[in-house]
Amino acid sequence: MGRVMKIARRGFLFGSVALMGGVAFGWYRYATPHGNPLEGTLPEGAATLNPYVIIDQTGVTVIAPRAEMGQGIHTTLAALVAEEMDLDWSQIRVMHGPASKAYYNAAILGEGVPFAPTDDSRLANTVRGAMDIPAKFLGLQITGGSSSIPDGYEKMRLAGAAARAALVEAAAQRLNVPAAQLSTENGAVIAPDGTRIPYPELAVAAAAIDLRAEPALKPREDWRLLGRTLPRTDMLAKVTGTETYAIDLRLPGMRFATVRTNPRLGGEMLGYDATAAEAMPGVERIVPLPGGVAVVATNTWTAMQAADAITFDWGPAPYPATSAEIAEELRASFTPDRLDSTNRDDGDVDAALPPDAFTAEYTAPYLAHATMEPMSSAAWLKDGRLTVWTGHQLPTQILTEAPALTGLPPEAITVEVLPMGGGFGRRAEMDIVRQAIAVAQAMEGTPVLVTWSREEDMTHDFYRPAAMGRICAAVADGRITAFDFATCATSVVESQMGRIGLSIPGPDGTIVQGAWEQPYRLPNHRVTGYRAPAMVPVGSWRSVGASQNAFFHETAMDELAHLAGADPLDFRLSQIDHDPSRKVLEAVRDMSGWGSPTPGRAKGVAFCLSFGVPTAQVIEVEETPQGLRLTGAWIAADVGIALDPGNIEAQLQGAMVYGLSAAIRGEITFGDGMVQQANFWDYEPLRLSQCPPIAVQILQNQPHIRGIGEPGTPPAAPALGNAIFALTGQRLRDMPFARTVSFA
Amino acid sequence: MPTTLTVNGRTETLDLPPDIPLLWALRDGLNLTGTKFGCGVAACGACTVHVDGQAVRSCQTALGDVAGASVTTIEGLGNPAALHAVQAAWAAAQVAQCGYCQSGQIMQAAALLAENPTPTDAQIDEAMSGNLCRCGTYPRIRAAVQDAATRLKEA
Repeated sequence: MGRVMKIARRGFLFGSVALMGGVAFGWYRYATPHGNPLEGTLPEGAATLNPYVIIDQTGVTVIAPRAEMGQGIHTTLAALVAEEMDLDWSQIRVMHGPASKAYYNAAILGEGVPFAPTDDSRLANTVRGAMDIPAKFLGLQITGGSSSIPDGYEKMRLAGAAARAALVEAAAQRLNVPAAQLSTENGAVIAPDGTRIPYPELAVAAAAIDLRAEPALKPREDWRLLGRTLPRTDMLAKVTGTETYAIDLRLPGMRFATVRTNPRLGGEMLGYDATAAEAMPGVERIVPLPGGVAVVATNTWTAMQAADAITFDWGPAPYPATSAEIAEELRASFTPDRLDSTNRDDGDVDAALPPDAFTAEYTAPYLAHATMEPMSSAAWLKDGRLTVWTGHQLPTQILTEAPALTGLPPEAITVEVLPMGGGFGRRAEMDIVRQAIAVAQAMEGTPVLVTWSREEDMTHDFYRPAAMGRICAAVADGRITAFDFATCATSVVESQMGRIGLSIPGPDGTIVQGAWEQPYRLPNHRVTGYRAPAMVPVGSWRSVGASQNAFFHETAMDELAHLAGADPLDFRLSQIDHDPSRKVLEAVRDMSGWGSPTPGRAKGVAFCLSFGVPTAQVIEVEETPQGLRLTGAWIAADVGIALDPGNIEAQLQGAMVYGLSAAIRGEITFGDGMVQQANFWDYEPLRLSQCPPIAVQILQNQPHIRGIGEPGTPPAAPALGNAIFALTGQRLRDMPFARTVSFA
Repeated sequence: MPTTLTVNGRTETLDLPPDIPLLWALRDGLNLTGTKFGCGVAACGACTVHVDGQAVRSCQTALGDVAGASVTTIEGLGNPAALHAVQAAWAAAQVAQCGYCQSGQIMQAAALLAENPTPTDAQIDEAMSGNLCRCGTYPRIRAAVQDAATRLKEA
């Protein structure tokens, strides 16, 4: 089969959209830049040199147009600009900036191409490079897929370098000396005689300069900020309670609202009785919404009390009503008509599998994102203008939808993206924003803040899909001879894109993400993905498909290692043919003291290449009278170029904790069409006392720069499960583990 | 009937129902939004404030029950120009990610250290385990509490 046919068979999920987009918009639209959204918005005396740099009389502000959900992206994006501009880090200011297509994400489609991240062939790189064109057409200002750094690495440095070049040119004209005789330092141009001209003095002149050549970027060895751990730009605000999240927005005359919608997700509201709620002091308005109501009051607590006082007649759920029925649908989905992709089919798996091949089945439940800040959004419709304040991973979608929702022209819509109290994929959705706009319309003239209760948040998420994996494999002489991996889930892309009106043809790569592209070289190796029917609405949950597939795949790998009588870490090392991946395994081996166990404790290992980042984790457990306790954890990951090691360490630790929360207790179940968990007492994340010390090593052996928000999550569950097997002999094939074993 | 109490050293009189949780009196009544709403059922600790020096969950504390009391919120602990030792330790360790739970974490840690200036690792684990963090900043929280203890001792 030729390469092109293989690509077609593997599916080209985002590519299909891309091609349609190309036809729809045409080349002219692509060739025309989106423009600088900062122009025309600045006060007198301030200047914008490009969409990423504003200079006013008090200094430089960097626009970091990605959602700050905690991952530290504002700091690192600002550092990319500051490095090239030679800014003083202690003076740096950074803001998200306006929602605009100009800030489209060129790297978001990279994960959707049908080439493994380890495939550096010319064809693979050509297709990846071509993804910039559809990305520009789509114009999605989106934060996700660990793509902000791959997207911004060159773009932000070029923005900084271009700004610096214009400032230097402005100084050269003012001083009447060649630009080559000028240097820059700490936010100023330095004249040959040592005179400092601070950037604000040059900004207006610099903004008028039309650079003719693309500026050169600093060589890596000259970096002063990049490659070092920098203090986060948001840290002081976050330790003093002065960071303003959407839930904290307060405007004069503001009213506070909450919502109740059908707990059977997507079901109708057949009727309601708000008589008691309307009589409560402080309640100002009940606003009907699709599938529910909003209650507007003088404070949030009154709104929530009033919402509790409303009786509803909810319609049925448009999906199977119980977890048992949903599990049956999944189990019944491994059929040819539901085959979504066969992204890997090396050798002849069917011929190589003996009749007594090893088989196992694994399951993973629905999971809520459970951001610490419940869903919240403010909106104000006044004098023909709508302003929306929210934490959002896809703010251009608000610009797209708001005119149709309000009847206002696009230029009457403003979107302010605020820092987020956690995102993890949840804040790429439009539900809370649509509700806030509806309430603002009902309360025209008055600013409103909509805040969900924790219970509304827990029961109205777009969940990580429940999933099931199957392995059929054989080993001989310490190696895998045949490996047939099948995995099944509802399509996240179909569900999520469907909610914003996009219909995506072709396979959904997230169904097999974290499985098909793993760098194991096995003689007979097949990975098939099956698309379960659309049931419960599902969404992107930190690391998406890799979150379940790494558990299935790496538990299977561990089972096969034991079956082969091999050390689980050596077993992986000897069958992975990707050098950076082997090096992360060697790193956790050496860091963790693998092979010299502590009496009474045992270690497990897992590996996953996700979002292009090979990540290995070792977890150590012991048994205590109170249950299993995690006594140590070690992570090694290769990001190619580590821009901020301290932040990368934090992301890896945090992502592992997120994965452990899911592994141990994370589970959303359904009964009568409704989510059966309500709050943190029955959907309980890992607590501090349960968190092991986590050692991190960052490697830089692979050729590409990668993002690090997600890759730390997938290996956590299998590493823990494999450790528990090593300690107790009990194999855990179903998440969460607390269903089967006790934890301290 | 209005309720009078002291918040961050200022006398405040709030014309809100006595059964409104202190959390919402602070956030919606006084616009002191540093204290966060996380769960509403004392399961996450994001709303932790000090009432007469003790760490309490403000979502489960009725306004009427703190009439006449002295309440300290994160805004009263310190500010960007004059950090409390716990806040300084938090900044030095670069603890916060999304930051949403950190007001509560810091108020809990400050109460712990006021009561026990030299906590053991086990005591830190116990005191801090009522405060959830979904970003997983726990390793740095542990380090920051230890550092804060040292800073307070040296102060």
